[in-house]
Amino acid sequence: METERQYLWHHPKFWPRATQGLLLAVLGLSIAFCGSNLVANLQQKQLQIGFDFLQSQAGFNIGETIIAYKPTNTYAQALGVGLVNSLRILSLGIVFATFMGGVVGLARLSSNWLVRKLGTVYVETLRNTPLLLQLAFWYFAVFLSGPPFEKRVRLLGDLSFSQRGLLLPDLALKWSAIVWAICLGIGIGLGTWVWKIQYRQKVERNEPSRPWFMAIVTAIFWGCLAWVFTKQAPLTIFWPTVQENKTILSGLLLTPEYSALLFGLTFYTAAFIAEIIRGGILAVPKGQWEAARSLGLSPNLMLRLVIIPQALRTIVPPLTSQYLNLAKNSSLAIAVGYPDLYAVASTTFNQTGRSIEVILLLMVTYLAISLGIALVMNLFNRRIQIVER
Amino acid sequence: MPSLPQKLKDKLLPHRIRLAWGWMRQNLLNSWFNVFLTLLCLWVITVGGLGAIRWVFTQAQWEVVTANLRLIFVGRYPVAQLWRLWLATLLVTGVLSFSWGALQGWNRKVLLRVGCIGLGVVAALLFADWVSALWCGAIALLTMGGGFAGAWCQQKSLWQSFKQWLPLCWFITFLVTLWLMNGGFGLATVSTKVWNGLLLTVFVAVLSIVLSFPLGVLLALGRQSPLPIVRGVSIAYIELIRGLPLIGILFMAQVMLPLLLPPQANVDQLVRAIAGLTAFSAAYLAETVRGGLQSLPKGQWEAARALGLSTPLTLGLIVLPQALRAVVPAIVGQFIGLFKDTALLSIVGLVELTGIARSIAAQPDYLGRYAEVYLAIGVIYWLFCYGMSVASRRLEHSVGTQS
Repeated sequence: METERQYLWHHPKFWPRATQGLLLAVLGLSIAFCGSNLVANLQQKQLQIGFDFLQSQAGFNIGETIIAYKPTNTYAQALGVGLVNSLRILSLGIVFATFMGGVVGLARLSSNWLVRKLGTVYVETLRNTPLLLQLAFWYFAVFLSGPPFEKRVRLLGDLSFSQRGLLLPDLALKWSAIVWAICLGIGIGLGTWVWKIQYRQKVERNEPSRPWFMAIVTAIFWGCLAWVFTKQAPLTIFWPTVQENKTILSGLLLTPEYSALLFGLTFYTAAFIAEIIRGGILAVPKGQWEAARSLGLSPNLMLRLVIIPQALRTIVPPLTSQYLNLAKNSSLAIAVGYPDLYAVASTTFNQTGRSIEVILLLMVTYLAISLGIALVMNLFNRRIQIVER
Repeated sequence: MPSLPQKLKDKLLPHRIRLAWGWMRQNLLNSWFNVFLTLLCLWVITVGGLGAIRWVFTQAQWEVVTANLRLIFVGRYPVAQLWRLWLATLLVTGVLSFSWGALQGWNRKVLLRVGCIGLGVVAALLFADWVSALWCGAIALLTMGGGFAGAWCQQKSLWQSFKQWLPLCWFITFLVTLWLMNGGFGLATVSTKVWNGLLLTVFVAVLSIVLSFPLGVLLALGRQSPLPIVRGVSIAYIELIRGLPLIGILFMAQVMLPLLLPPQANVDQLVRAIAGLTAFSAAYLAETVRGGLQSLPKGQWEAARALGLSTPLTLGLIVLPQALRAVVPAIVGQFIGLFKDTALLSIVGLVELTGIARSIAAQPDYLGRYAEVYLAIGVIYWLFCYGMSVASRRLEHSVGTQS
């Protein structure tokens, strides 16, 4: 009897090892190839690699800053301003997009036919056109095509919309805000505690109690205490005022760039969030609704105790990735001229030619932002997951 | 007598009206809150709709769009060579409708729709530009003919023998299209610099989709692989790309790629853009496909093993067909996203649909006509994306993800 010859590739470990070896070899060779080209190209263009350029003077102006910045500041400071601007747009964008997405998602589940159809039209229109185009539309066709400042559209007093942007009331904190914050913090904390105790009484012992009423009374009591301590409001609202139809005396002016970006990002992301929320609520099995109803829960309790906790489990993971998308999409600010991190980095590259360093910085920063959002959302996700026995 | 009021009612309110009233009570007026919502919506629709109609018909000046139609569709492609693009479109729609007919069947309803759209376009163009009208008519006819031929092949079970040739057929179509667009071999060469507008958008989107799909599947398999090095490399690639904004990756492709290649290698700007989009899309696609792979019961792997299939055969015959079928909607969603993302190329200097919109809006004759241009471009994007999502819903039915 002839035994079958054992070739090397018949060995069970041959293919796994060969595949990995091949992959390593290909990776190594391409890195070596690209690296040597990089060195050669850099030498030819007489460029060096290093982050020392960050300390030299930037020399360009940034249109919109929250923290103080002058063209004489360094590149590092300019990039910091860009980062703050990015965070400013994406934090507000996330809040508004979530709120709006929730409203539209619920509208698509409404028993009202008209509301449902309007929701569908909103989602299908906004989801099927590029964000960049929507941003350009908001910026050029809405905000820049608005009336000149002298003929601004007024809503209440000088709360207005014009080519110079949206003029909104401004808030300023006073020193008493600290006392207010402490008092309100205690009030809300105590209120929640009272609510929980009363609620447990209501559920477990079936004793008549008013959890919401008691909780709100507790919170208001502490609010009154804060007033007694400080005898003034925690913040001043500066209603927009304009002098001689030209100079803005007080109020918060949202520039057309910022407004266009905020509106574009909010409306676009909300369309996706609406679909996620609709899907999450639809994913709760019908039996859960029926069971909750047959237990005699009021609609309010049914939503709060049965439906929403289960829907959240399906909603939160895709919601996280929408938040990440919003954070990354905020880099489209460059298209409307809002100086976010990417726009500042792009200018920095144009002036210094340091492509590798700039890209590395961008990469690290955006990864950090993404990881930050993912971390917070994952903590939240862990809290709402099913606790299995 | 109870029947009399009933009869009276029937006379006063004909059946249909009562049905409509019943529907309205159920769907619009079933609670006070809903009455309020209905009124609010009606108010929004009336005010918004009237405003929109007034703007579209009286205030908007559509000349900026109609005068620039050629620019929007093909950009600065030489007029003398336009027949090549028409021919390429004819070829692609022919093969596309044949494949669609063979896969999906082709019924009178679809035929009627295609015919109506074709007739409409031809009629609209007839007075403006009879050459385009002729081409459009030919395209519509070929679409109908191709669809019928496909459906006929499927019915006569010629399909089975055709099926294996279809990929080859598509490959040849692609090569011929590329030849027609680019020139060479007897045709005048047209630089990629003048491929603008919708032409460029569709070209880049199709190429990136076709290239990123296999790469994405490979990455997804790599991420699920038991081999540590393969898995590590895949995870690193996917997570790194997903952490960066697309505009950063496109910038990298435009700026870094020339630095990483030998100085004499002169990579076309278009190729760099496609490379960037492909690299980006593959990472996202990999995550989608991974979802499909994870949804597959482990028993499928074990059964394939028990049958004595090798790993490549298990993947190709058992795992991938089922895994991909499970995520068809998500994959099409990715492709729609990719199509929309091509708009970002306008930031790195390619003049595709969004880029051409900007340059049209900057024409001195039409200063300030932003809304018209962006709306028209938006409609084109919308038609493509919505068409893709409708097609994907059909495809779901035929590949059997929906029972």
